[in-house]
Amino acid sequence: MAIKKHDTPMLDQLESGPWPSFISGIKRLRDEHPDERINKVTNDLLGQLEHSYETRKGYWKGGTVSVYGYGGGIIPRFSEVGKQFPESKEFHTLRVQPPAGNMYTTDILRQLGDSWEKWGSGLVTFHGQTGNIMFIGTDTPGTQHFFDEINDYGFDLGGAGPCVRTAMCCVGAARCEQSCCNEQAIMRSLVNNFTDDVHRPALPYKFKFKVSGCPNDCQNAIERADFAVIGTWRDEMKVDQEEVKAFVEKKGRKYVIDNVISRCPTNCMSLNDDDTLEVDNRNCVRCMHCLNVMVKALSPGDDKGVTVLIGGKRTLKIGDLMGTVVVPFMKMDSEEDYERIVEIAEETIDFFAENALEHERTGEMIERIGLVNFLEGIGLEVDPNMVAEPRRSSYVRMDTWEEEAEKWFKRKAEAAAG
Amino acid sequence: MAQQHRTPIESGAPDGFQYMHPVMRKNFGQWKYHEHPRPGVLLHVAHGGDKIWTVKAGTQRILDVFTLRKLCDIGDKYGDGYVRFTIRSNIEYMVEDEAKVEPLINALEGEGFVVGGTKNSVAMISHTQGWLHCDIPGTDASGVVKAMMDELIDDFRGNNMPNRVHITTSCCQINCGGQGDIAINVQHTKPPKINHDLVGNVCERPSVVARCPVAAIRPALVNGKPSLEVDEKKCICCGACYPPCPPMQINDPEHSKLSIWVGGNHSNARSKPTFQKLVAAGIPNNPPRWPEATAIVKRILKAYQSDARDWERINDWIERIGWPRFFEMTNLPFTKFHIDNWRGARRSLNASTHIRF
Ligand code: SF4
Ligand code: SF4
Ligand code: SF4
Ligand code: SF4
Repeated sequence: MAIKKHDTPMLDQLESGPWPSFISGIKRLRDEHPDERINKVTNDLLGQLEHSYETRKGYWKGGTVSVYGYGGGIIPRFSEVGKQFPESKEFHTLRVQPPAGNMYTTDILRQLGDSWEKWGSGLVTFHGQTGNIMFIGTDTPGTQHFFDEINDYGFDLGGAGPCVRTAMCCVGAARCEQSCCNEQAIMRSLVNNFTDDVHRPALPYKFKFKVSGCPNDCQNAIERADFAVIGTWRDEMKVDQEEVKAFVEKKGRKYVIDNVISRCPTNCMSLNDDDTLEVDNRNCVRCMHCLNVMVKALSPGDDKGVTVLIGGKRTLKIGDLMGTVVVPFMKMDSEEDYERIVEIAEETIDFFAENALEHERTGEMIERIGLVNFLEGIGLEVDPNMVAEPRRSSYVRMDTWEEEAEKWFKRKAEAAAG
Repeated sequence: MAQQHRTPIESGAPDGFQYMHPVMRKNFGQWKYHEHPRPGVLLHVAHGGDKIWTVKAGTQRILDVFTLRKLCDIGDKYGDGYVRFTIRSNIEYMVEDEAKVEPLINALEGEGFVVGGTKNSVAMISHTQGWLHCDIPGTDASGVVKAMMDELIDDFRGNNMPNRVHITTSCCQINCGGQGDIAINVQHTKPPKINHDLVGNVCERPSVVARCPVAAIRPALVNGKPSLEVDEKKCICCGACYPPCPPMQINDPEHSKLSIWVGGNHSNARSKPTFQKLVAAGIPNNPPRWPEATAIVKRILKAYQSDARDWERINDWIERIGWPRFFEMTNLPFTKFHIDNWRGARRSLNASTHIRF
């Protein structure tokens, strides 16, 4: 039976132009897909979307849908104009955790596509802003069937609501020379330790892990993650002086001075008269700029590890916040190192669960209670790397100064003793 | 009879190694450097000499299964069957053999995908759900992005910018799109219109009151029914009350506008990571192609392209030339709304005589 297609004069205007059109894609599902259910669903979806374009308003509302045994992972969508567009009146999205590093074979993509076409609309995004595969559009029974099917071959739902969310890591060690850690292993150790908190939302608000292999932070972890892990190194960067000379020869001294030497934020590079490079490694802040420009000549050192920052988030409610350093450096080599970072995450999430107000992110909680209270709560010691500068205001009670100073000297002595 | 339920396997994030190109698996952590043979293509070389070529392509992001299969067909026929998706939803094909690169590019371009997005290009705009699927959007980010990428496609394909440009869009002030060198975000300009008949039944009033960043919401009795009222003098029209209380309708076909922000940069390279700053607002939310927003983005890009030095991101460039010159070069009005009055705003004021003439 032929379906009556909605007119979509406004959406049609998004089919012109050279960039691939999502509207053309949805129309193909409506017009060419062998399954009539998909034709009808996408037809009504287009109808509702056109209605939104005409009235400049959205018509989805939330609700409660979950699969058996879980409390989250589905974004429920019920149409407010379901009478006009009945076939897409339930149009829920499943958030599915991607393989670490967002790696796929074409085989597994086809398998996911086949399952989705059986139970859903046939629309999918790799990936949403949190990092999930977004399977967009199915009804309530469809969510369960689809989940059962893909869960059998190794895929699991991500987080939605006040819970630990799907984590992300960069391509890193798999294909990037700047990588200073095993991003995939760190990400999976962290997020897969909290599957219960992913699937059963019970935190004050969302909690995100993101892992970037170096300070280029391709995952936007500092800006967006409650728990950001960034690869770095603490010995000297590696300089291949022959490659430096070759670079100077190719690009010219002026280019090197203007684009490398003078762009270093801490002025720690100098070009020698023989076109080799001198680096003041004690003052290098591992910003990555010179390594990005001279990829062949400069590389991270050997003594690699990670920095952990906590509390990044976007606007709601008190304004954007960057993560703050809470662990300046830790090695990520042994099993104990991995256990330690998971332990820090556990302490953080426990403290967050107990102390944050409803709908407050970690960054806002820290802003409200102060970094020191947070550090004491999770058992980390203060460190000057945690601040851009010390306090400016004298309005603070300091009658335990001696004790605190003593702690500092004791820690220094312990560190010196190894 | 009770239905038999299958117990979920709580496997979490799958291991990426099982889907990883064998050359990448073999050289994990062993990469030495990379080159950029042409826009859209990266060549990574391992310490042991192994090489892998990556071809990056932009798609419509919201993929239908036909398009997904087409991408897979291309990967099977012209690639090695291994792909990954970037944080900006581009697809990357990894191949071991250089001879495959050219045919792979041709196949992708032949099917209408766009090869590019590497290095100093305008990268794919990252965007959010919008009218297609979110419950609170003021616009359709997917549509904005499609219309804008149509115009920026040459800058995606080429490497004509001083450094890479990340553009993001968000269809409410929650800003799922995140920070960007340029961000196009919804900005509401009128307080929510309250449907008092529904508030009492739908909304948990104390949590709505708590959600407001400026304490503008009070519980109230309206027509004898429990509802909420908004102090419209205090209200900053942020829309934070709308998700927990849909009867507080913030979206308005005319008064929900677009705003543009610049200078967000996630990287630690050179300066510390930065947040984006407001440069333009009051831009009409004008579907289906939002020409006014695109025109301003293009103006900003043009000024950046003509004036910034190599490797300067937009924030680095403005840091060097100063904000007055930015507004001059882009011919955007500087208004009282550009002066921050949110908490901590004083740090954004000029407390010096550092002034460029
Ligand atoms: S964050 Fe660093 S290691 Fe990871 S992909 Fe980016 S440049 Fe490479
Ligand atoms: S990494 Fe950054 S701080 Fe370190 S030497 Fe290079 S430019 Fe300077
Ligand atoms: S930016 Fe706002 S409206 Fe858009 S998808 Fe995110 S929450 Fe929804
Ligand atoms: S729009 Fe924002 S400021 Fe206005 S009442 Fe709602 S939450 Fe408060």
